[in-house]
Amino acid sequence: MALLDYFRLRKAKGSAAIAKERLQILVAHDRRAGGPTYLPQLKHDLLKVIQKYVAVDGDAVSVSVGKDGSQDILELNIILPD
Amino acid sequence: MARIIVITSGKGGVGKTTTSAAFAMGLAEHGHRTIVVDFDVGLRNLDLIMGCERRVVYDFVNVISGEANLSQALIKDKRNPNLFILPASQTRDKEALTLEGVGKVLTELAEDFEYVVCDSPAGIERGATLAMYYADDAIVVTNPEVSSVRDSDRMIGILSSKSRRAEQNLEGIREYLLVTRYSPERVEKGEMLALEDVREILSLDLIGVIPESQAVLNASNSGVPVILDRESSAGQAYSDMVSRYLGEDLPHRFLTIEKKGLLGRLFGG
Ligand SMILES: Nc1ncnc2c1ncn2[C@@H]1O[C@H](COP(=O)(O)OP(=O)(O)OP(=O)(O)O)[C@@H](O)[C@H]1O
Ligand SMILES: [Mg+2]
Repeated sequence: MALLDYFRLRKAKGSAAIAKERLQILVAHDRRAGGPTYLPQLKHDLLKVIQKYVAVDGDAVSVSVGKDGSQDILELNIILPD
Repeated sequence: MARIIVITSGKGGVGKTTTSAAFAMGLAEHGHRTIVVDFDVGLRNLDLIMGCERRVVYDFVNVISGEANLSQALIKDKRNPNLFILPASQTRDKEALTLEGVGKVLTELAEDFEYVVCDSPAGIERGATLAMYYADDAIVVTNPEVSSVRDSDRMIGILSSKSRRAEQNLEGIREYLLVTRYSPERVEKGEMLALEDVREILSLDLIGVIPESQAVLNASNSGVPVILDRESSAGQAYSDMVSRYLGEDLPHRFLTIEKKGLLGRLFGG
């Protein structure tokens, strides 16, 4: 049924309609997932620095951005090996 | 005080360099002292689009590294006395552009020019982020196509977080949307995202819509910014865009299919 709709949509409006639908989903996802776009790079850089001193795994660092009232808070979590 | 404008997009090949050349020439034609800077280190081609490739001696990287001073590297446009070009380096590695180095050069340019137009490379790597870092205004170049719109959206996010203005808590970068390679024929057939669709997703001020036009290729073939091809739709659309940037309120043109004459109907596709 859904597949049928897909082809009907395509036939009726051409591929631009599908493009728009996909974009809306994609962009909404990007914006939610995003946080500041520098987060992945920041995480990568932090990991490299920490690994100079301590042998930690690639997933030992987590970085996220949250809100506390009107303040943006950058939260870092570094798990050291025991 | 000069205004620094970055021409950016995220996705490659959407028309940043074409736009940088046309926009800079347009500002110069309005009598403003303008410099256009190529940030695409390693892949420079602004000089080709401007038609001054044979006059390049020193480049942006030479200036940053102190091997040349700015006045030795600037190329004066042969058509318009208000227009200058600072070419990118062809061979050096991308690390050659540093935040401080770029800042120093832009500060120096800002003393001498009214508008500094920065042609950004594609992507979200160093060259692109440096090109936008010092910007006052950003023109986000977008094709009506899924990956371009998506990348523009990501770029808009980066513009609002990774810039001098954001870091120093100044008023944010003024961002404008420029849709290029727009084809009303294909929109009509439902093959291309319509302008309204793009605007619905990227809700920025629309500064222009540049139609898909053979004139752009002709212009780049001959090293003449397409804005100087006054007969062409693309040239006229760029000229409108410059006027809008300077504060004029103009309706957008070339959004609907142009009626072809009999000959056009017989021979046009
Ligand atoms: N309005 C237009 N109509 C037709 N062709 C166009 C138009 N705008 C750009 N092009 C063509 O698209 C190609 C890419 O243009 P341009 O070099 O300006 O893009 P760019 O964004 O600077 O690319 P890069 O990301 O590689 O720097 C060129 O071949 C150019 O002629
Ligand atoms: Mg380019």
